[in-house]
Amino acid sequence: MGGQAVDEALHGRVMASAQTLDRPARNTIARPPRESHASWPLADRLCHALCWATGIGLCLVTAWIVLYMLVKGISALNLKLFVESPAPSLRERESGGFLDPLIGTFIITAIGMAFAAPAGVGIATWLTEYARPRWLARAVESGIETLAGVPSIVLALFGLLVFARGFFSFLSGSTNGGAVSGKSFLAAGLLMSVLALPLIVGTTREALTQLPSRMREASFALGKTRATTIRRVLLPSIRPGIASGVVLGMGRIIGDTAIIVVVLGASPKLQGAGGAPLLSTLRGSGSTLTSYVYGFSPAGEGNSPQKAYAAAFVLLMIVLALNGVVTRLSRGRSLDTIEQGAKP
Amino acid sequence: MPPPIRRIVVDRHPHMAKPAPAGNGAGVANGGVAIATSLAAPSVAERTARAPAASVRERMHVESLWLAYGENWVVRDVTLPVRQGEVLALIGASGSGKTTLLRSLNRLTEITDSAARAGRITLDGQDIHELEVTELRRRVSMVFQQPNPFPMSIFDNVGYALAERPDGRRRRRRRSAAIEHAVHDALHRAGLHDEVGEDLERSALRLSGGQQQRLCIARALAAEPEVLLLDEPCSALDPISTATIEELIVGLRERVAVVIVTHNLQQAQRVADHVAFMHLGELVEYGPADQVFERPARQRTRDYVSGAFG
Repeated sequence: MGGQAVDEALHGRVMASAQTLDRPARNTIARPPRESHASWPLADRLCHALCWATGIGLCLVTAWIVLYMLVKGISALNLKLFVESPAPSLRERESGGFLDPLIGTFIITAIGMAFAAPAGVGIATWLTEYARPRWLARAVESGIETLAGVPSIVLALFGLLVFARGFFSFLSGSTNGGAVSGKSFLAAGLLMSVLALPLIVGTTREALTQLPSRMREASFALGKTRATTIRRVLLPSIRPGIASGVVLGMGRIIGDTAIIVVVLGASPKLQGAGGAPLLSTLRGSGSTLTSYVYGFSPAGEGNSPQKAYAAAFVLLMIVLALNGVVTRLSRGRSLDTIEQGAKP
Repeated sequence: MPPPIRRIVVDRHPHMAKPAPAGNGAGVANGGVAIATSLAAPSVAERTARAPAASVRERMHVESLWLAYGENWVVRDVTLPVRQGEVLALIGASGSGKTTLLRSLNRLTEITDSAARAGRITLDGQDIHELEVTELRRRVSMVFQQPNPFPMSIFDNVGYALAERPDGRRRRRRRSAAIEHAVHDALHRAGLHDEVGEDLERSALRLSGGQQQRLCIARALAAEPEVLLLDEPCSALDPISTATIEELIVGLRERVAVVIVTHNLQQAQRVADHVAFMHLGELVEYGPADQVFERPARQRTRDYVSGAFG
């Protein structure tokens, strides 16, 4: 096509003229010198030193926590712990592991995320793209912010009272006398999803508002409705943002103890509530790594603190790994690639 | 004494007036020779002496249009025809209302809450405000100033306007032949197929600026619109890409009515068949390009075209 001929010919003329210019000799190129702090005013130097101190201090504190747990728990940390259920015995140090609590952690996280992720993305999308009527949008925003600040023990207490009512008997097992126990994985999972919801709503909203409006305009100009635009252009573009919100939510759920201890019952092994296999587990009680740590720590029953430290170390590693995943996700296919746009 | 108009040197290929696939080989060779020897831009009269489109028929008509944002009347009592087979250029200084007028042609002004309008715009005789807005926008497509491809593959970008359901990974193998054909056709019409045809699954964000803008044009053409609106499509691009897109625009006018808003008077001279000059919301002059640029009827037009303001 003629356009290419135009391109090539103009390029040829430009390149021909460029070749007459030589680059400067290598030993004459000067790079910018390292900035010396000696000329700074005293206040600046103090602040600089303070920044360094706090940064290094924070790294040291983090390293200290992780290493301390590792050192304390290393004596009890072995692969057996991961595959054996807790087994009470006189010689606690050698018996049992935290398989059931580990499974409990996974179940709780899965239930929490199953509710929080779709709800969070939906709420965030509505708040960003529609937000009409305005009073409802303001109310929803305040509600999310309030939920973000509710202490988990308060939430746990709320769950304990509400889920013990007869209406919610499907969520947990009941005794023969008809009293609903109100303590189960499902109940705790629902409360956990409330914990994770504000995080997901926050990150998704931020990602959506950062999308340039010309992307929406382009889609409207092609004759697509707002819903189609959201579904086919906007949400796929913010996948990294949603993913990091989800992982942050998971981190919060994994680390919570109050709801587990109050609403899940913290029984060391998984106990079903009777009925179909999977549903029985979900409606039954059990424990997670957090309540396991609490139970075995010196603050709890304190029989075998080494196991508590080992479990705490495992918990830390899980959370750190999740944070690493968040960092990788948000740095990966981030909005930078959208903003790069036209390169001439 | 106002400064004279400086004509930008553009290498025009004599074959480009009519798209002729058979003559491509000869065209490239000719193009190389022509560029080396011709340095003077053709005058307006020479350029408009290219063959006009085979048939010219009116697609849209703007009748006494008034548009306001809030209390501000941005477009005042404008009446214009938009015809297939010709390129209509809207020129004027900043704030003259030309972009608002363009956006009202596919009802994009409705996105702003404070917009108010009076008057009528018709598409093939039908008032556009009685049409479903999504259907209107499929028939009247728009390309914006900044290239804005979606962060998807090239194929998904161009096929976006066509596919009613999302083209997920699992559907790739079962893509309908109709969509494939339409996408390839749109890429050909946009002059992009030669450059990206081998690998349509590449991300659209990796293309250069000119290629992205041509991709946006292909995306707008994929749904076979009747009217194509271009809002300063070349203002963010380098001269080579600009020249490519201008030739493309001229080639498109056979099948779609083209309306282009441009700040660049020389670009309007190169590309337009009819020109509408707007100033502060009013339509000052409308007529064939050579008449508006060389024998303007109004003093204000003469001032603007000669560079006295704007």
